[in-house]
Amino acid sequence: MNKIAIIAGAVVLLAGGFYLGKSGQQPATVIKVDSEPKAAFTSSGAEEVAGAPAATVRSLVTPTSGELIVVKEGESIQDAVAAASPGAVIKVMPGVYKETVYIDKDNITLSGVIEQGKYPVLEGEGLRNDAVLYSGNGVTVENLYITHYKGNGVMGQAGNNFIIRNNFIVDTGVYGIFPQLGKNGIVSHNIVSGIEDAGIYIGMSDNIDVVFNQVFDSVAGIEIENSRHALVESNFVYNNTGGILAFITPGLPIKTCGDVLIRNNFIVDNNHENFAIPGSLVSNIPAGTGVLVMACDDVVIEGNIINGNNSVGITFTDFSLAGNAANDPDSEPNPNRPRILNNIMQNNGNDPAPKVRAFLAAMLATTGPDIVDTVGMDDGCILNPERFRTIGLGKYTECDFATTANVASYTLPEPVPARSMEDVDKGRLAYYGICAGCHAYSSRMIGPPTQVIQALYMDNPEGIAEYAAHPVKKRPDYPDMPPQSHLDDETRLAAAKFMLNVTQ
Amino acid sequence: MRRKLARTLFALLPVVPWLAFAAPAEIRLSGDCPPGFEFSAGQCKLRSLYQMYDSLENSGVGGLKTGLPAYRDGFSPQQIDLGRYLFFDPVLSGDGAVSCASCHNPDLGFSDGRGRSVGVSGQPMRRSAPSLWNVAFQQRFFWDARASSLEQQMQGPLYDENEMATSPEQLLRTLNGIPLYRELFRQAWPQDFRAADAVIRLDQVYTAIAAFQASLISLNSRYDQYAHGYADALTGPEKEGMNVFRSFVARCAECHTPPLFTNQQIAVIGTPDPEGMAFDPGASETLGEPTLRGGFKVPSLRNVALTAPYMHSGRFATLREAVAFYTGGRGHAVPPGEDLKIHWHIWEPKLSDEELDRLVDFLKTLTDESFKPVQPRWLPSGRQPVHNIIARTGETHQDGASNDE
Repeated sequence: MNKIAIIAGAVVLLAGGFYLGKSGQQPATVIKVDSEPKAAFTSSGAEEVAGAPAATVRSLVTPTSGELIVVKEGESIQDAVAAASPGAVIKVMPGVYKETVYIDKDNITLSGVIEQGKYPVLEGEGLRNDAVLYSGNGVTVENLYITHYKGNGVMGQAGNNFIIRNNFIVDTGVYGIFPQLGKNGIVSHNIVSGIEDAGIYIGMSDNIDVVFNQVFDSVAGIEIENSRHALVESNFVYNNTGGILAFITPGLPIKTCGDVLIRNNFIVDNNHENFAIPGSLVSNIPAGTGVLVMACDDVVIEGNIINGNNSVGITFTDFSLAGNAANDPDSEPNPNRPRILNNIMQNNGNDPAPKVRAFLAAMLATTGPDIVDTVGMDDGCILNPERFRTIGLGKYTECDFATTANVASYTLPEPVPARSMEDVDKGRLAYYGICAGCHAYSSRMIGPPTQVIQALYMDNPEGIAEYAAHPVKKRPDYPDMPPQSHLDDETRLAAAKFMLNVTQ
Repeated sequence: MRRKLARTLFALLPVVPWLAFAAPAEIRLSGDCPPGFEFSAGQCKLRSLYQMYDSLENSGVGGLKTGLPAYRDGFSPQQIDLGRYLFFDPVLSGDGAVSCASCHNPDLGFSDGRGRSVGVSGQPMRRSAPSLWNVAFQQRFFWDARASSLEQQMQGPLYDENEMATSPEQLLRTLNGIPLYRELFRQAWPQDFRAADAVIRLDQVYTAIAAFQASLISLNSRYDQYAHGYADALTGPEKEGMNVFRSFVARCAECHTPPLFTNQQIAVIGTPDPEGMAFDPGASETLGEPTLRGGFKVPSLRNVALTAPYMHSGRFATLREAVAFYTGGRGHAVPPGEDLKIHWHIWEPKLSDEELDRLVDFLKTLTDESFKPVQPRWLPSGRQPVHNIIARTGETHQDGASNDE
């Protein structure tokens, strides 16, 4: 109850009594015909993807080499991943697979084979942690039916250029789909339900499209968190506690959220009782929330059908909503520059959650609005505000653009380049970063000096590389050299070549 | 008792004690960079295979092949080597009884093996000594994040009356009174010592110690070999542990994020202090943010197997006890009457005993001391290193419940 009082109190303070005195007054309807076209939508993300030919929009693919590994029921998917080289396609036949699959390689396609409606099922039995974990770049996960895991359905940790599509994720732990710390990815055509946090959760990522997904019966439908340049479009999001969210979570190492387009989604009847884990951020979401923007900047809401959400259609707010989390002095709490273009909104706010009801009571209202800005931002804009029941939008102006259609996708026209930069001198990094732990240039450390090795191997870096992989004892007065076979052949040879040319 | 003995011995030393352990007549600071660094244009520049990778928003957090956070390097070989001498030299403390290495002992993972550190007062203080491995990558220092540079950090213990208990005046007087140190500072800063009457300055002392600390790099563990692509670097059980570690059930990697195994944030997780110790409010005091009450900096887990006991006041004697804390339930160890904003990742993951064992297996793969520096055999002050002879009080018992203080 304290929290409610704080939120209500904060609104009253910030608005200086505006809401209490005038909340019943709505803007007068002005009928007009625009004589000039509005400006084009601009954002840093729009500039980044501008000029991409239509044919390349969302054309990201995982590169393949022709290598094919087929996994049948009774076999292990992880064994296939272990055997796979970058570029391999792993096809999983229908059947039940009880395992966690982890992919620490680049360019792997993990693809279910669907036969007459039968999918390969990853079954967590309420015991296993995550179904699919990947850290490699260019990973595709598709055509799987994932259920009963304790953690996440599909979880990415820092992989770029990912594709997660066409999966069923049912009654699976904390997040259905959770790419984190990745750049350039697509989450599309997934059917996600029964998740106790977010069905689809984009965490600390850049340039992500979340499109054509169906998300229901979860606490949060789709959540964009501490991310930039995200397009959330054409999703069907219903019967969650909250439909679509754009958040800054305080206390994370990447502290910004912005340039999020929430466009052309069906956000309907998100009135599910909140069954989130106590202490989680989403446990603060009032049931009946359509769209919720907390502290995330430059969010554009356009062309959505937002219907039948019993508390509020669209909410812009700050960290006061997250009363159970510690503040982060390094995160800016306001939802700066909110932009609300034309949306279809009806039938929202009919049965507000207790928290919202208390907030409304301070304004002598009993029905939730279509749109509320609890901060009362003065840099927001909206089109046709007279169509909606709103609170806190008194300082909003008319948007100078009417559509974001010039941004077809926030995925990049070209994949993010491989992380191994071409101008990086692998040999130099390996020599100083590893070899130099035992070999100094001219003095004895743990192993013989580099100068001595240079004299022995003059024009024979291959000899050094080979010896380093499989060392044999040569010098009785030195300790055994540990094998360096953990370095791949290319890196070992590069280090050997570099070693022969060191001069100090 | 041994500590008292050490102090007595110290008192018995001659008035000019460095004469007792005469250093070589002529000393040259090393002109070579420590391992892990390339000498380039007079500076030692960090080199690591992790420099092949980038990271989202240059944050230095991510997954296996993720670039490093921002770091300190670029010191000269001589500055680093001078810092090494200063680091081990007890003349830096007020009564000459302790050195930096007393609490940051290279043989104890650059920590001290104690739950709570002990300074010149002989009494355990409030918190444990953090490891110095990889401090080059840290943006904030102390458990409560109250310092933003190594140079700022070291002035805490140097001048705290319970820790090293010297003063800026005493420190300068002592160092300038030792001809060998003036010669070594001249080698490290030849430009500054052209004048015959040039003296050692505080900023040079701080820079030299920071230079040495920033050279303590540990990025060549077996985990790192796995991360760079060698799948056989870890055993089956260790890989299982890695997957528990990064799972969204245990959620360890959400805050102890690779490659440094910290996201460098403040987290309120509600670990217990030793019995009888007043509740430590942590970062809420230093950052002026009441909701961070009980919050501490997320420590790096590199070389964590070397630095028992664990947590900010050393309540847990073993890694197994430390990981078990996280499955004990949200806020289970918070003292009555404390209303903490416990971090959202602290929940009830219901980890099995086997999973806890595997987590410990994995944490042990983060050990790498291949660049451990050589400890000086003599010191410019003529004193002997003291970090291995101080009596050990305040160690946490194996049960983790009591301290021997």
